[in-house]
Amino acid sequence: MKIAALLAVILAGGMLIYAGQDLPAFGDPNSPSNQHPIVEYYINNSETESGVGNIVTAVLANYRGYDTLGETAVIFTAGMAVLLLLRRREI
Amino acid sequence: MSGIQESVVIRTVVRIMVPFIEIFALYVIMHGASGPGGGFQGGVIFGAGIILFTMIYGIKEGKQRMSNKLSRILSSTGLSIYAGTGLLCMVFGGMFLQYNVVPLLSLDPANVSKILIDVVEIGIGITVLVIMISLFFDISPSEEDELQLSEEEEQ
Repeated sequence: MKIAALLAVILAGGMLIYAGQDLPAFGDPNSPSNQHPIVEYYINNSETESGVGNIVTAVLANYRGYDTLGETAVIFTAGMAVLLLLRRREI
Repeated sequence: MSGIQESVVIRTVVRIMVPFIEIFALYVIMHGASGPGGGFQGGVIFGAGIILFTMIYGIKEGKQRMSNKLSRILSSTGLSIYAGTGLLCMVFGGMFLQYNVVPLLSLDPANVSKILIDVVEIGIGITVLVIMISLFFDISPSEEDELQLSEEEEQ
């Protein structure tokens, strides 16, 4: 049983490493995600539109604010689920 | 109480370090607008500070700092701050989370959205730190269970 589990892990890990070879290099300007026109828009306009110098924060909290609200709700829900399942009764 | 918890060196170092960790966490949250950082990271650092304190000083001492009631209230407060900021923008005629429509102190729209982004980051930070701490409290054995366990080990 342990050998089967080890084989499954090695197989899955090997597949991930094999697929990882096709990823674009880190910071490659010619990769599809860096070629998209929205990148230029964020770099040129994020500071004047949202007032924050950090583009990551501008995208996270302003352009994708709704998404981040969902992420916060996910963390809150996970915490509440653990609370319901694991919290001991206080006598 | 295990050996680590009785060590004077560790207790003193933790007592000195925790305030600095918490200040660093607040810095990371407030610095999110202009550099690396933000609500998620800062909240986790803040929670880790309190978890470190609780690991050394015991669950009972930690619960005095962050009681179950307080964590219940705060965890929903953080999310409400975020959603409330979004609704505030709708009240002033914008879309949900469209920060620059709020006429805050008659600042220009970019500055208003900067301030509201900071408010949102604080909301994220509160939720993350409280959930971190309550997860730690929920999966750690209570004080009496810990005593029983250590007695069983001794026997």
